[in-house]
Amino acid sequence: MRLILDIAMTHIVGRGRQTLVAVIGVAVGVGFSIAMAALMQGGQDDFVEQLIDTMPHVQITDERRSARRQPAEDAFDAAAISGLRPPDDRRGIINPTAALAWLEGWVPGNVAQSLRTQGVVRYQGREAGAALVGVEPETERTISPIVEDFTRGSFATLSEGGNNIVMGDRMADKLGADLGDTVTAVSSSGLTRNFRITGLFHTGTTARDEGEAYLLLKNAQILSERTNAINDIRIKLRDPYAATTAAQRIEAELGYKAVSWQEANEAIMEAFVVRNVIMYAVVAAILLVAGFGIFNIVSTITHEKARDIAIMKSLGFSRSDMQRMFVIEGIAIGAAGSILGWVLGFALTYALSSIRFELDAGGQEMTELPIAWSALHYAIASAFALGSAAIAGYLPARKAARLHPVDIIRGAS
Amino acid sequence: MTALLKARNLTRILPETIPVTLVRDVSLTVAEREFVAITGPSGSGKSSLLYLLGLLDRPTSGTLTIEGRDTGPMNDAELARTRLEMLGFVFQFHFLLPEFTARQNVEIPMRKLGRLSRRQMRDRAGDLLAMLGLADHCDKKPYQLSGGQRQRVAVARALANDPPMVFADEPTGSLDSKSSEQVFQTLRDLVTERGKTVVAVTHDLDMAARMDRRIHLVDGMLADADDD
Repeated sequence: MRLILDIAMTHIVGRGRQTLVAVIGVAVGVGFSIAMAALMQGGQDDFVEQLIDTMPHVQITDERRSARRQPAEDAFDAAAISGLRPPDDRRGIINPTAALAWLEGWVPGNVAQSLRTQGVVRYQGREAGAALVGVEPETERTISPIVEDFTRGSFATLSEGGNNIVMGDRMADKLGADLGDTVTAVSSSGLTRNFRITGLFHTGTTARDEGEAYLLLKNAQILSERTNAINDIRIKLRDPYAATTAAQRIEAELGYKAVSWQEANEAIMEAFVVRNVIMYAVVAAILLVAGFGIFNIVSTITHEKARDIAIMKSLGFSRSDMQRMFVIEGIAIGAAGSILGWVLGFALTYALSSIRFELDAGGQEMTELPIAWSALHYAIASAFALGSAAIAGYLPARKAARLHPVDIIRGAS
Repeated sequence: MTALLKARNLTRILPETIPVTLVRDVSLTVAEREFVAITGPSGSGKSSLLYLLGLLDRPTSGTLTIEGRDTGPMNDAELARTRLEMLGFVFQFHFLLPEFTARQNVEIPMRKLGRLSRRQMRDRAGDLLAMLGLADHCDKKPYQLSGGQRQRVAVARALANDPPMVFADEPTGSLDSKSSEQVFQTLRDLVTERGKTVVAVTHDLDMAARMDRRIHLVDGMLADADDD
């Protein structure tokens, strides 16, 4: 085996320039694949991370997915009821204390309850539609990153007592209100109440900055005339990826719709799968092209070394020895290209990661490209490269192995 | 004398559109320590016969046994193994691997067989080259050697695994008379001093006359195989 390797190496080295071109072909393919994968994976991870950070991992609302099973169906086999809708009374989650106690008993993470209602915030004749979210500041801060997003004032002021409200900075701009001003909140049922602005936040998501205001849960319940009611339980899990199973268990037990963050963003998650398929198809195509370079050189070598093949066969090398030799040559070029490609890929990824730019669009500020460093990208690119190298070496190798030594010896003498 | 190689009714037909018969119905026996010449005019099939005997080609029909083993049912790997262990080849052109030195070329069959340590292979290659008067040329590449020297390296390589038989196809065909004589003497010595069996194809009748036995081929068939 060492011997075959040695001879294979002399063949490759003997065609230095052509080998170099083939190696560079593979290296460029591997390098760009790695950089591309790092960028795409980075973008995806960054996005998912933001989802996980900003969204509750499981959100339980007072809705039901399907109508309750009707007693008639249980009583009579022949009964069939169709076209039922789940009741839409929006009365909130029944017996929230028990539900919360049950959740806190087993859920590995934090649980927060809230009452979310639609209303209007008025200030000096101007008004803005708002989601009025009644929260308990102590638990809310454990499940929501909003605490970090305050530009002025703070989230903690909510619990200082009194009628305090915190809202997005864009909403305040719209209203022309500022920290310390008193605004009027109007609930959907028409009840009004005055609140003092004690904090402004800026999450970067325009919809929230423009349309969300937080107040104490108690105040929200009073405003919407729903004492002790909540309609929203949000859970932040220690392991975000356990959300699906947790949501299923909750929904089975409580009967309310429990949505994991994956389900809530299903369309985006699916888009990522499609994007990854496209990416790997492009990677495969690039490396297939690199494979042609390898095919070309191994094929040239087998033609050039036809005489040597005949000699080696006469010396006692078998057909499979010859085949192995040329496959090794293909793989060796692929391996050299892979390693060079790793370096190139690392350099490219590093270069991409060090690009800084200012961007304030789509509600999110980005100052650098999201890059994922993953050994898996290197492994996948190499696997593709070595695979195409092996195939590119195998085809001419098979032909070389079939060469009849006598034909060549006869031709030479 | 025991028969080392036994051929029965060997026939080789090239399956072209119009089939070409290279060797027709040849039966012969080669004994140990024989120095046999295969002679004949151009195109008489003498090289083809040598390739058949040397397992480089397979007969269309007929049987060939080497040391009592039938080669008919062997697969490619087994034939290769037999060539490696039992047979050495010297061709008209030296056919050394150009990237390797003389010593490395001689080592290749040994490394393929893998019975000796690298050190032993190196020593044996050096000994063989020295025996053929090439002690000073061990580390030269083929292009640095003369035709006669290259051919002697090829002989050394043929002897690398100490095979009982050496086949030579016009070994002196591309050499001047002085080098030819050297190579012929080398082959002669293999038979008389090292107990090898040598079968050589040659069109040089003077040289054939100095061998132990001549097999004369005409149109792929045996003609008056004389023994003296």
